[in-house]
Amino acid sequence: MYRYDTIDKAFVADRAAEFREQVNRRLAGEITEDQFKPIRLLNGLYLQLHAYMLRIAIPYGTLTSKKLRKLAWIAKTYDQGYGHFTTRTNLQLHWIKLADAPDILAHLAEVEMHSMQTSGNTIRNVTADPYAGATADELDDPRVWAEAIRQWSTLHPEFSFLPRKFKIAVTAAAKDRAATRVYDIGLAMRRGRGGELGFEVMVGGGLGRTPYLGATIREFLPTRHLLSYLEAIVRVYNRHGRRDNIWKARIKVLVASLGAEEFARQVEAEWAKSEHERADLPDVELARIRAQFTPQFDKRPARSEALEAAKAADPAFARFLRHNVHPHKAPGYAIVDVSLKTPGQTPGDISSEQMEVVADLAERYSQDELRVNYQQNLLLPHVKLDDVPAVHAALAAAGLATPNMNLISDIIACPGLDYCALANARAIPVAQHIAERFADPERAELIGELKIRISGCINACGHHHVGHVGILGVDKKGEEFYQVTLGGSGENDAALGQMLGPALPADKVAPAIEQMVDVYLRERREGERFLDTFRRTGVAPFKEAVYADAH
Amino acid sequence: MPTRIKVEGGHMMPVEDPFTWVADDQDLVQGDLILSLARFQQEGDRLLSEGRAVGVRLKSDEEVEALAYDLPRIAVVALEFPKFRDGRAYSNARILRERYDYAGEVRAVGDVLREQAHFMLRCGFDAFEPADGSGAQQWQAATQRFRHVYQRAADHRVPAFEEREA
Repeated sequence: MYRYDTIDKAFVADRAAEFREQVNRRLAGEITEDQFKPIRLLNGLYLQLHAYMLRIAIPYGTLTSKKLRKLAWIAKTYDQGYGHFTTRTNLQLHWIKLADAPDILAHLAEVEMHSMQTSGNTIRNVTADPYAGATADELDDPRVWAEAIRQWSTLHPEFSFLPRKFKIAVTAAAKDRAATRVYDIGLAMRRGRGGELGFEVMVGGGLGRTPYLGATIREFLPTRHLLSYLEAIVRVYNRHGRRDNIWKARIKVLVASLGAEEFARQVEAEWAKSEHERADLPDVELARIRAQFTPQFDKRPARSEALEAAKAADPAFARFLRHNVHPHKAPGYAIVDVSLKTPGQTPGDISSEQMEVVADLAERYSQDELRVNYQQNLLLPHVKLDDVPAVHAALAAAGLATPNMNLISDIIACPGLDYCALANARAIPVAQHIAERFADPERAELIGELKIRISGCINACGHHHVGHVGILGVDKKGEEFYQVTLGGSGENDAALGQMLGPALPADKVAPAIEQMVDVYLRERREGERFLDTFRRTGVAPFKEAVYADAH
Repeated sequence: MPTRIKVEGGHMMPVEDPFTWVADDQDLVQGDLILSLARFQQEGDRLLSEGRAVGVRLKSDEEVEALAYDLPRIAVVALEFPKFRDGRAYSNARILRERYDYAGEVRAVGDVLREQAHFMLRCGFDAFEPADGSGAQQWQAATQRFRHVYQRAADHRVPAFEEREA
């Protein structure tokens, strides 16, 4: 876990002091809201339907107990006692007063946190594989590189006014848990022929109103050149990305209009002209960062008698093990998911009290570390198998142990019209209705992996394009309707979903899910997930079931 | 003469501007001039041969590469910010300083706000025409807010990774 040194600490303190002065100018009436808007947006402060929303950066989704306790305290002190984790592993507080914002930033700075670059047309908070440092299938801890990117991108003087926002995700594992194909830049670590490490560089992925999967512009970039190469990519984008139309300003549109090959040529030409060592980190700095991501594990037996006994005695615990506990690279350890998807609750919401519980568990059982993933859940990355029963019991007592990871009620949803000024329709109640309908854990388990993703508008914050079932809220003459897509995925088998048919009214969405699940259960062959069955049968049987009444 | 802010000896100073910006639809005047790229290409040679200092003002969609050959005889490159959100001029400024080693004045014109001072200075701008009524003192303060920086850019600040090595 990276710890700030005096330089990093001074930086966030300076930033908080700068923002305090800017807010004071606004509160004193020296600047108008119009003039203040770009300033607050550089600090993640949005004006939403009811109040200011503060989006706090959680670089590569990694937190300590101290940080999470501070977030809990801030939510309790300055908000309504809860926060909302987003698909970009940030935490949003939706009921902030402007006058409190400088104090909040100062409190965050105390625990090595900030809200820089969580909004605006900048390089946003970098994300990474949530299993980093804990999974056996990775070549390196991707957070070493994510931290290098965090520092490089922080108040980057050339790239703070890009055509549009810019998001980078890093993974070092074979299985893509960071959705790298739908990022502006996705970096996937590979090993070269000579054994050296490098990145496959994907550019131009993204969701929103024109979704694209990223194109690989370089199969293998030696890791040491990461920053100079990123600088070349972002420079080409800064100079040539469209600025005349906000809907065509993302890098994906530039890559699509030039073609990936031509875009790659321009990047390579720019990179060839630059002095790489001016941007690339020296080995000693990389070594300094790497040294902070080296968890130590005890030698432990691969099998835990305590866990096996609990599993035999308690079917609920056995189910939790099946869905929320994953293999760890060290024998005798596990990765434990914390579900923020209790049916009936808002996906990604967590109360201050629950944050305290998770912070305590991380400190006691998980080497003081926890992670946020883009599915809006948390996880404890380094739990001893012997401790899993105790962790489960504590999570269950706090309402955080729903055994539904990757199941039908583990729904991603954006805040939607309940909070967001951009939304056309509500997302949260739709998610709640579906989750409640499938609240029976046995039935959910029978249905198996099924990823539902809901966005309240075309900006696609809920990732609907890459849901096995995607649901998009649209406004039809003042009424909320929902367009359903099927067959999307944001993982190794990445694909964009296909349209099911005409948009459905709000009260027909959950029944339609039920009808489609019935089709799947009827049609599925041995070992097929919903997605596999859909890809084999195509949309026809699903469409027929949902729109049968309409004929 | 209108004033601008100029970096002199590491400090932001209010200084008089000897240059006159002459838009394409205006008649030339006496003295040192700043012209558009198109006009410089047509009339630059003649004006330089008269012994005047000449600068060129680039729109945000014009690239400094177009000036590369002429840089040694251009006294000022003025880079336009049609809106503060249009960040193309930052790339132009860095390329001028870091790739072409341009030693003349790089001036920020247009929607130039004190909130951008830190970024502009780091990208190699050394003269500013603020549009928000801010003065040299405020610009000086804005560029001293951060004790450290994380990247090498066109200024001479030592990035964090190098400070740590020391």
